[in-house]
Parts: sequence; structure tokens; C-alpha cells
Amino acid sequence: MKFPKLFLTGCVTLALAGAVWAGGHGGNPAVDARKAHMTLYQFHVTTLGNMARGNTDYNAEAASTAANAIVTLTTLDQSGYWVPGTDSDSVEGSRASATLWDNIPDAIAKGTATAEAAQVLASVAGDGSEAMVGGLQELNTACTACHRAYRVRR
Amino acid sequence: MRTILVLAVLAAGAGWFLTIPETVSEDDVAGLAGDPVAGESIFHAAGCASCHAAEGATGDAKLVLAGGRRFPSDFGTFIAPNISSDTTQGVGAWSDLDLITAIVEGTSPDGQHYYPAFPYPAYGKADLSDVVDLVAYMRTLPADATPSVPHEVAFPFNVRRGLGLWKILYADQGWALEDPASDQIARGRYLSEALAHCGDCHTPRNAIGGPLLDQWFQGAPVPGSATDRFPAINAAELPWSEGDIAYYLETGFTPDFDSAGGHMVDVIENMAKLTEEDRAAIAAYVLAIP
Repeated sequence: MKFPKLFLTGCVTLALAGAVWAGGHGGNPAVDARKAHMTLYQFHVTTLGNMARGNTDYNAEAASTAANAIVTLTTLDQSGYWVPGTDSDSVEGSRASATLWDNIPDAIAKGTATAEAAQVLASVAGDGSEAMVGGLQELNTACTACHRAYRVRR
Repeated sequence: MRTILVLAVLAAGAGWFLTIPETVSEDDVAGLAGDPVAGESIFHAAGCASCHAAEGATGDAKLVLAGGRRFPSDFGTFIAPNISSDTTQGVGAWSDLDLITAIVEGTSPDGQHYYPAFPYPAYGKADLSDVVDLVAYMRTLPADATPSVPHEVAFPFNVRRGLGLWKILYADQGWALEDPASDQIARGRYLSEALAHCGDCHTPRNAIGGPLLDQWFQGAPVPGSATDRFPAINAAELPWSEGDIAYYLETGFTPDFDSAGGHMVDVIENMAKLTEEDRAAIAAYVLAIP
């Protein structure tokens, strides 16, 4: 009888340890999805930002493509990303402040402002460097408004 | 017993004397005429609106210094006061000397010490001519009749006289970077240490809130958060070029084009209003910190 008890105890311990490890290292699907989404934003903003900063030459077609990609990203359904209980205090690696879930209407308004800024950017991105930089800065302002309110530092 | 009593009275007297709030005299500012145009750039560099404008204010609303923002700390919650030009609730009825004294000495018109949540230890390093210009600019800003709210600070930290001892220890520690290697770095030091008070967030403090100069810009915990930290910003730990830092201060974009967040957004709004040369000077200064 001793062996099955020992075996069972060992299995339970391993299962618990696995769950703890997974909780700490496996990530949270909602948080991972948010990060992936933000990474895609950043990828396309980088294309534009490099032109704005003079790291690369301005290219109207590439700028428009990147700006339109950002617009597309703003249209994706994110409702499954912003799950209550996935704030920075609750999930390791999350940078979303818990206050976001106390201010959902404001967070939605900031998201809407970002989408509108992306559309403005897309409408001017191909109209020359100066117009693109202006549109990019407007988008940056919209992103920043949300980051200021609801993103914690690393 | 009598000896102990005498010593106690002498110690109390000495303590009372040592903690007398300092003031600025008419002689100190003699011959300085405030220039509100020059004062505007000092206002932005010093970040006044970042604390005293309403939370979330944008555009012209950032010039309404009605106070009200809350700043949690290990010592209680400090609430930015109304420093608008309102003559009842703000500082409109104060003399120029009252305002200058408050800014550089941390002393109120009625002779009380201010808490160092108000960054007078930094402003005390500023040229008085710049402070006079700043005051001239503040006089041009709108009035707002919102009453100031008392700080939420419990005993013993609510005994303001004790702040006199804190000031002796920490209010005048001198420059963190003692020997700037160039005029540009010296300019950046002035902007950063005397006006923008970057060290107030990015430098850790000891148990009584004294900044640790030997850990200047090494990063520090965010008050009120168990995990959040203000990042280290120095040559060893910030893998950015001077150009990266200057661009970030101008646009809010990191070198990999992430957008700034947190309180730094307010700082960038201020820095964006400075000249390109001044942002470059701050960048050079940051990377001069080891």
C-alpha cells in the first residue's frame, strides 16, 4: 500500500509543480495576444518612424502600406484580449494597469481615438514626408494617451 | 535632573534654530527684472504643469495650475496645490519674493517648510534670474478658484518643522555630476538637475526620502507600486545614443518606435517645447552619468 500512496503523492506534486511552472512561464493567452497585437502595431510604426527620423528615405508606397496595415490592426476584434484579471498585478508579464478595468468607457474612447488617428495617418501617409510625419505624430499622441493612463513600466 | 532639563531645553532650542525656514531676500534678487517670455521656457523645463495642471489636461488647460493631482508616497499622499494666479485660492496675492522663496527654499509665505514632493531641492540650484523669469511668466497664466486640498500625511511626517532637519541633510547636496566634461554637458546638468528634476523619479531614496547621490539615475521604485520601477537612465544601463534620447524627448518615440507611457508623457510634452540644443544637452548629460 505504501508504494501506490507514494506514487500518487508524487504524481499530485508533479502536477501541481507543473501547473505553477506553467502559470509562471507559459504565459496567459490574453496577455500574449495583446502583446502580439502591439508588436504588429510597432512593426508598422517602425517603418514610418524610420522614415520620419531620417533613418530611411521616405517612400510613399511603403508609408501607405504600413499606415493601412495599422488601420487594419485597429479593426480587429480585441474583446477577447482584455480579460478581467489579466492586469499587471495578476499576471506576470502583463503591463496593463488594473485601473483599465475600472475605466472601461475611457479605455474604449482611447482605443477609438487611436483608430481615428490611424485612419487620418493612412489618408496622408502617401502625401509626402511632412504630411506622414504629422499623421504619425497624431497616432503617437493617441497611443501615448492610453499608455500614459493604463500601461505600467516594465 | 536639572542638568538633563537644561540640556533638553538647549537641544530643543538648537533644533528650533537649525530648522528655521530659509527665505530669499530683496538683496538676493536686486536688479533682476522678470521676463515672462524667457520664463515660459523655464516653466516647461521645470515641469510645473506636469504636477499642478489637472490630471489629463491638454492644450491650454495645462496652463491652468489648479492643482489636485495626487502623489502617493511612503510618507502619505501629497496633493498638488493650486498655484494659479487666483488671488484667493492660488498664489496671485503672493509677492514675487514669496514665490521665489517657495520655489528655491521650499518655504511658504507664512514661514512653513514645504514637503520635498515640491522639488525645491532641485530648483534651489537654478539661477535666480531664471526663477525671477519663471515667476513673471506664472503671473500671466489664468486664475482658477479651485481650493487646494490638504496633503494626507500622518504623524510624524505632518510635523513640518521636522522638514527643516531633512533640508539640512538633503536639500542642498550640490550637483550629482560634479565635473561636467563639456559646456554642453554642463547645460544638460543644469536643465536636468536644477529644472527638470529628473533625479526625483530616476534616483532611489533612503528611508527618510533623501536621494542617494551615489546611485544617481540608477532607477527607483514607483511610489505606491510593489513592482513598477522608474528605469535606470545612465550610460551603463540605457543602450541608447544621444540622438535616441534627444529624439525621445522631442517625439516620445523610443529607438524602436514604442510610444512613451506613464508620467514620462508629461515630461516629453515639456521637453518638446525646449530647443533642439537643450534636448541634445540633456541627452549628453544623461550619458555622462556612469
